Parts: sequence; structure tokens; C-alpha cells
Amino acid sequence: MFTPLAFALLLQVTVPMVDLPGGHYEPLYRRAGDRTVQVEPFRMDRDPVTRGDFVQFVRTHPEWRRSNVRGLFADRRGYLADWRSDLDGGDGDASARPVSGVSWFAARAFCTARSARLPRLAEWEYAAAASRSQHDATHDAGFVQQLVSMYATRESPRTLAFAADRNAFGLRGMHGIGWEWVEDFNGILVSSDSRSIGEGDHNLFCASAAIGAVDPSNFPAFLRYGVRAGLTGRSTLETLGFRCAV
Amino acid sequence: MTSPRILLSPVFTGWRSVTVAVVATIGLATGGYLFGTIASARAGTSGGGSATLKLPPIIGVERAVLTTAPNVPAPITRNHATKVLVELEAMEKTMRLADSVNYTFWTFGGTVPGSFIRVRQGDLVEFTLKNHAHSTVPHNIDLHAVTGPGGGAAATLTMPGGNSTFTFRALNPGLYVYHCAMSPVPMHIANGMYGLILVEPEEGLPQVDRELYIMQSEFYVKKGAAGQPATLDMEKGEAEQPTYVVFNGSVGAMTGDKAPEVKVGDRVRVFVGNGGPNLSSSFHIIGEIFDNVYSEGGSSITQHNVQTTMIPAGGSATVEFRAEKAGNLIVVDHAIFRAFNKGALGMIKVVGPDNTQVFAQIKGFPMGKH
Repeated sequence: MFTPLAFALLLQVTVPMVDLPGGHYEPLYRRAGDRTVQVEPFRMDRDPVTRGDFVQFVRTHPEWRRSNVRGLFADRRGYLADWRSDLDGGDGDASARPVSGVSWFAARAFCTARSARLPRLAEWEYAAAASRSQHDATHDAGFVQQLVSMYATRESPRTLAFAADRNAFGLRGMHGIGWEWVEDFNGILVSSDSRSIGEGDHNLFCASAAIGAVDPSNFPAFLRYGVRAGLTGRSTLETLGFRCAV
Repeated sequence: MTSPRILLSPVFTGWRSVTVAVVATIGLATGGYLFGTIASARAGTSGGGSATLKLPPIIGVERAVLTTAPNVPAPITRNHATKVLVELEAMEKTMRLADSVNYTFWTFGGTVPGSFIRVRQGDLVEFTLKNHAHSTVPHNIDLHAVTGPGGGAAATLTMPGGNSTFTFRALNPGLYVYHCAMSPVPMHIANGMYGLILVEPEEGLPQVDRELYIMQSEFYVKKGAAGQPATLDMEKGEAEQPTYVVFNGSVGAMTGDKAPEVKVGDRVRVFVGNGGPNLSSSFHIIGEIFDNVYSEGGSSITQHNVQTTMIPAGGSATVEFRAEKAGNLIVVDHAIFRAFNKGALGMIKVVGPDNTQVFAQIKGFPMGKH
């Protein structure tokens, strides 16, 4: 029988993490005058959190089981919707596949239970900008095209396996599920009409229109910002998972 | 998102002839420029003044019948405005684009182009956009027939598995494009998210025998790995160099068995849209002359006896002709490499007794005289 402490210790020992050096991240939208955002060194899970990991979590934290979770903290229509039961994440090798259909509250609770946290937006984007060979492939047309194609033909999360490919930081599957939760997902204000220009009563050039964007060709970044614009803390999508950072 | 502040000060002289003086001030980043003064008057009216915008009363409620190209919903026979419920679902779907080329389309209603919507001027449209739970990205909708923020886009950011609803008054008659306006817009349009909405004028359109729905668009194709569908090619899209230019969503969507049929003598009206994302269309039907063209999808006939009509990306045209002669009419974009090499070919079959008074082939010596 697992206890919450055992859960925390187990995952701290068994989950491989990657050390990322500090660096700079160029936001798609930025504050007037800012060029880039400084990212301090941090550690992040090598892989997205799996269904198996999440089974262990709900075993020791029953309030996050599908049948128990409160509507305030998760959209119950989509929460772990394709699981067979509270403690069964699906067929065969399901436990090795990324978990999705979890709310921000649930993802956060998971990371907290592991004495970790969700990565911040700047950290996640910095880590996700890496191609196989380059730390910052933001302006690499080949990499951008690869992501555009990948986002359009994404596998169902029911069958998704981890890509063996690592990016230049050593992280796997950063774009595989589709989207991943970040701590401050709602920190960027994006207009629901993607073509409007910002209203200027805050420092961000809001809206995901090309106007105000650093790189209009970075469609994958626009897609991610668009998704985040539609999320609330209780949202659950079958293409939205997470990984933890410390 | 800034909403324009519109001060309406029209004189009401009856719904059909409202004269509106509109002063729109749009608050911009620096705190509000006077954007302009627009004096807008319906055609044929003059004068100005002040009153509130008068709208016809809404009587009853009905659910819109939606159709898939090349079909068009039946003309509206009501003589009053009503509340019309429209429900459209965004879904991502892999389908045939050309022989041996499958593409992962993003669609309204599971088809490219999206479902045809038909309402009447003055109607109150309650529009619900759903987004399929298996979608990977949020979608929204901008209907060019909408007077209001983003054409509806500002009210319809819809996550996978979600839905959103807004209402609008169909103020202006005409044939309008709708499309997804979610970021990045070019990707959503290039993947197939567009269709047409017709706002019939109050008096209706002149009766014809057959109505058709044709929408041109182009695709920028990056071949997939073995067994994988093709996807958007960013570089070709930015260069505006499409792989395919098509009518009704795929190469051959309206040729052979799939060509719509009309009868000799039919008066035919074609609602033509251009989804783009980039190219304008030189719309032409080989072997016919358009008796009437409602250019740019407006509400009145602007020209008679037209060979080729220009349709901008994100625009439309309504063309009418009588099918006088049996045979196949070939629909093309007369920027002719697109038709010959890239797929912009469609067909309308005209069946029935031949009419040699209109056209007859006289024996000649096509191979030369022996």
C-alpha cells in the first residue's frame, strides 16, 4: 500500500530529470523594449508524466481520482476520460504512455506531491525551442515545418508512444502529446479574435495577431498561445499533458 | 480586445430604407483616436438625422438546414424575419485531396468547403460553434455576414470538446464567406476552414431552376512520411505557390460521376466563393456566358453577359446563366495553369435534347483534305 510519502520518494528516485542551463527565451509577444526573457538554470522531467505515474498518484491521493475529483478543479467531462476506471489507465502498455486529460489543478497537485512544480511558461518554451541539434531552433524553418506537420497529424493519445528522439537538451516528446501545462499558462493575454491589435492598457502586445509578434512564421508558437488562451485551470483536453520541474 | 464605440443616430424611415449616420470612435493603444466619421446610407436613400436602428420583429424559430457542396438549401419562402438556429462543428479530418494524396483537413462540418448556410435579411441568427473533442486546437468563426466584433470570432474561441454561442442580426443581404480566424489564421484557412453563408434579401432572389455551391481554394502540400497524410507546407504558403488549386475541396470533387447535373433550359444560379488563402480567382465556365453577375457577392446584379468574373480571396460572386445546350460545361480558374496543372477544374453536366440552333458542328476536314 502506497502512502503519499512513498509516492513522493518513489518518483523522486525513479523519474529521470534533465538539467537545463540558463539562457534566454524570446517570447512570441513581448513587453515593449524587452528583447528576451532570462531563464535561470532549472531541472525538468525528461519525459511527460505517464499514465502509470498518474495511477500511482491517484492511488495515494484519492481526491484526484476520476470519480472523486471536484468540478471546481477539473472539467469532469474530459478528466481522464479515456481511462477504464479510477485506477486503470487503459490497455496493455498504457501505463508507459503520457497522461492527458488532466486539469492544471491536478497537474499542479501531482508535481507538488513530488516536491516539484510545473515549469513556467518561459522555461517550457525555452526548453521546447530545441531541435535535435540546436538549443534554439525558433528560426529554423525546417524545425518549424516539422512541428506544423506534427501538430496536424498527431496520434491519438490512446496510442501515442514516446518518441525516442531527444532534443538538444536531452528532453523527449516535448511536442508529442500536443500541449503541456505550464504554471503561468494564463499569464499572457491573448484576444479571442486572433487578428485584433492590443488595446494598450497593459504592457503586453496582447492578441495573437501577427502584429506585435516577433516572428509571424512561428506557427507552432501561435498554436500554443492560442491553446493557452482558451484554457482555464479546470480545462481538460485529450491533447494536453504535463511534466514537472524543480 | 477593443470594441468600437458606435453612436447610432439614424432617422427611421422604415426598415427597408433606414438612413444611418454613424460616428465610430475606436479606442486605440494610445488612448483613442477619432478613427473617422462614416455617413452610411442604404442605396437609394438620402438625408440624415437621428433615431434608433429599427429591426423587423422576430416571428418564430427554426433550425437552419445546412448542405454540402455542390448543394444549396432551398430558397426561403418566409415573408418575415425569424430566429434561425445554426450549429456548425469544427473537426479535423484526414481525407483525399488528390489521387494518392491524403491531407489532414481542418473543417467546418467535416467537409471542405464547410456547410452552406442560408438565412434571410433581418433574421436573428443564433450561431453555435462546436469543436470536436478529438480536435487538437481551438477554433472560432468569422462570418463576413456578421456586423459585430470579429464577425463572431471574438465570441467563439472554442476549445476541443467545447462549444460557444452568439447571436447576430443579418443586416445586409449578400453572399458571404465564413472562415476560422483562430491564430495562426493562415494555417486554419489553408487547412480548409471556410464556407459560404447567403443572406437572402427580404424580397428573395428571382426564381431559378437550379442552384449550385462552388468554392475555390488552394492547398500548399508538404508530403507526409510513408503512410502519413500530407500537411501544410509553410514555405509554399508564404511564397503563395500552391500545389493544388481546387473547386470544392479536392482535385476532381466535381468531375465525372461527381459533376452536378442540370437540364437543358434550366436557369442556373451558382454561388461561388473563394476561400483563398492567397489567390484571387478568374472564374470562368467554358462554353457558357454569365447572363447575370452579382459581383463580389453583393445584393444586386452588376453586369450582364460576362465571360470571366474576378473573385477575391475571402470574397464571392453569384453568377446566373441558362443552360441552352446539352453537354459538359467546364468550370475553371482561367489563370489557366491552375486549371491545367493544379486541379482547378470542375464540370456541370447539361442533359436533355440537344439544341442545334444554339450550336452545331458542321462537317469539316479537321485532319486535312485527302
